[in-house]
Amino acid sequence: MALLEVQNLEVSYGVIRAIKGISFEVNEGEIVTLIGANGAGKTTTMQSTVGLIPKKSGKVTFNGQDITKIPCHKVVHLGMTQVPEGRRVFQELTVYENLLMGAYSVKNKKADFKADIERVYERFPRLAERKNQVAGTLSGGEQQMLAMGRALMSRPKLLMLDEPSMGLSPLLVDQVFDIIKEINKDGTTILLVEQNAGKSLAISDRAYVLENGKIVLSGTGKELSESEMVKKAYLGG
Amino acid sequence: MDLLTIIINGLSIGGIYAMIALGYTMVYGIAKMLNFAHGDIIMVGAYTVVLLFTTSPTVGIISALVLCVLVGIIVEKAAYRPLRGASPLAVLITAIGVSKLLQSAAQIFIGSEPKGLTLNLGEIRLGSLHISVLTLLTILISVAVMAGLTLFVKYTKMGRAMVAVSEDRGAAQLMGINVNSVITVTFIIGSALAALAGVFLLFKSQSVDSTFGAMPGIKAFAAAVIGGIGSIPGAMVGGVVLGFIEAIFAATPLRDYVDAIEFAILIIVLLVKPTGILGKKRREKV
Ligand SMILES: Nc1ncnc2c1ncn2[C@@H]1O[C@H](COP(=O)(O)OP(=O)(O)OP(=O)(O)O)[C@@H](O)[C@H]1O
Ligand SMILES: [Mg+2]
Repeated sequence: MALLEVQNLEVSYGVIRAIKGISFEVNEGEIVTLIGANGAGKTTTMQSTVGLIPKKSGKVTFNGQDITKIPCHKVVHLGMTQVPEGRRVFQELTVYENLLMGAYSVKNKKADFKADIERVYERFPRLAERKNQVAGTLSGGEQQMLAMGRALMSRPKLLMLDEPSMGLSPLLVDQVFDIIKEINKDGTTILLVEQNAGKSLAISDRAYVLENGKIVLSGTGKELSESEMVKKAYLGG
Repeated sequence: MDLLTIIINGLSIGGIYAMIALGYTMVYGIAKMLNFAHGDIIMVGAYTVVLLFTTSPTVGIISALVLCVLVGIIVEKAAYRPLRGASPLAVLITAIGVSKLLQSAAQIFIGSEPKGLTLNLGEIRLGSLHISVLTLLTILISVAVMAGLTLFVKYTKMGRAMVAVSEDRGAAQLMGINVNSVITVTFIIGSALAALAGVFLLFKSQSVDSTFGAMPGIKAFAAAVIGGIGSIPGAMVGGVVLGFIEAIFAATPLRDYVDAIEFAILIIVLLVKPTGILGKKRREKV
């Protein structure tokens, strides 16, 4: 059974139907990407899946448990979290305090917390250098690192990332995709949302194409990057 | 009046305003609403003390704290929680309704005649200076409470959760924070502080009626806005600023106009710095 299973999900904002009945799944160990243009409904899908915004209908199962009606903060305790669009690190808190917030849902001993935070510092050496800096004064790239590190502190089985490459320089974008690959290798399943179709398809096991609230295409990362339709619409060729 | 007396009076009045302002500012920052019934919690506390004072002052004060906290929790659960996500105007009107409800309930169950008590804790002499023990206690306790709250927010898990929720509710939920529990704790703290303020105000004025909390409530709200609403240190600064204004003008022939002067200062602060002294302009969220 898939780790995450979304069936016939519908989401509306008032009369606007943003998601019109989509189904997808993420298996344990995979990197799965949702690609789509601006306004396709990627963020809406991510946020409603994790319980941050209400679903109109549909069913979401995580790790064999029906989480359709479970509020977001409880879903996080079950082992699924999200690096939200726009990073949304806590600006007034320091880097260290942000990571502490990330571990909020983990009932662990001090020693485990220390080990977790050391692992994050190892993965993102920049955060270690700046651990006492207030997050609001970090650069955009550093904030993205912090948002990812903060999410990892909750020890997720499934990590969802909403456009992690947004607003980053090409060099940093490559770095972010490398890190996502590493995180996945270390045992965390990934659901990624991206507009950068080329790079994300290259690291994905499978992918879905979202258009106007509907899934119009799905397949392996390789299949999609070779598809004429994806090439035309998302790879600029 | 000499300078030292003004400073001591300013600190004690300011301490009381600051304790009330903290309730406004924390609820505003965390639940994103203006709780206009906050002042009436002060009245609930003061009445509880008056009614139980002859039994035992200690029992009165403890009961006031407990009752105010309970009223705070009930008001939040029954009146505000169902409106979470509703338009700010609906929430505001509900808060005004709750305020009137508490005032009317006091009139119905206790009566509209003011109730009084007499209390004299005596005074301490330091050279030529006479300081009432009550004033001194007010300063000591309000400073202790503010220091305690600052440490709580900075160093406890719940305190940091409060900062997180006030900054970004959605991101806080993604950390696994239960926003409803955090809001409940906020109301508990705010109501307990209002109860304490009610006790000190009562001991000072020695009389309470159903609108007892209205004026200090409005002034503390002004203090919260002057300091920068949503900011905890801001509420403390704003409270002390208002306290000093009162203490200074009380020593001049303008003493009868002190309320007007305070609100004029509020307007000036808002003109010069719309976010208040320590308020930050919040970054727009995507
Ligand atoms: N809070 C909201 N209220 C009303 N409509 C909304 C709201 N949020 C999103 N929408 C609409 O829902 C649709 C999907 O938006 P969504 O943010 O999910 O798109 P997206 O694929 O993440 O886009 P982007 O790549 O620009 O982030 C859009 O048409 C958008 O206008
Ligand atoms: Mg989006």
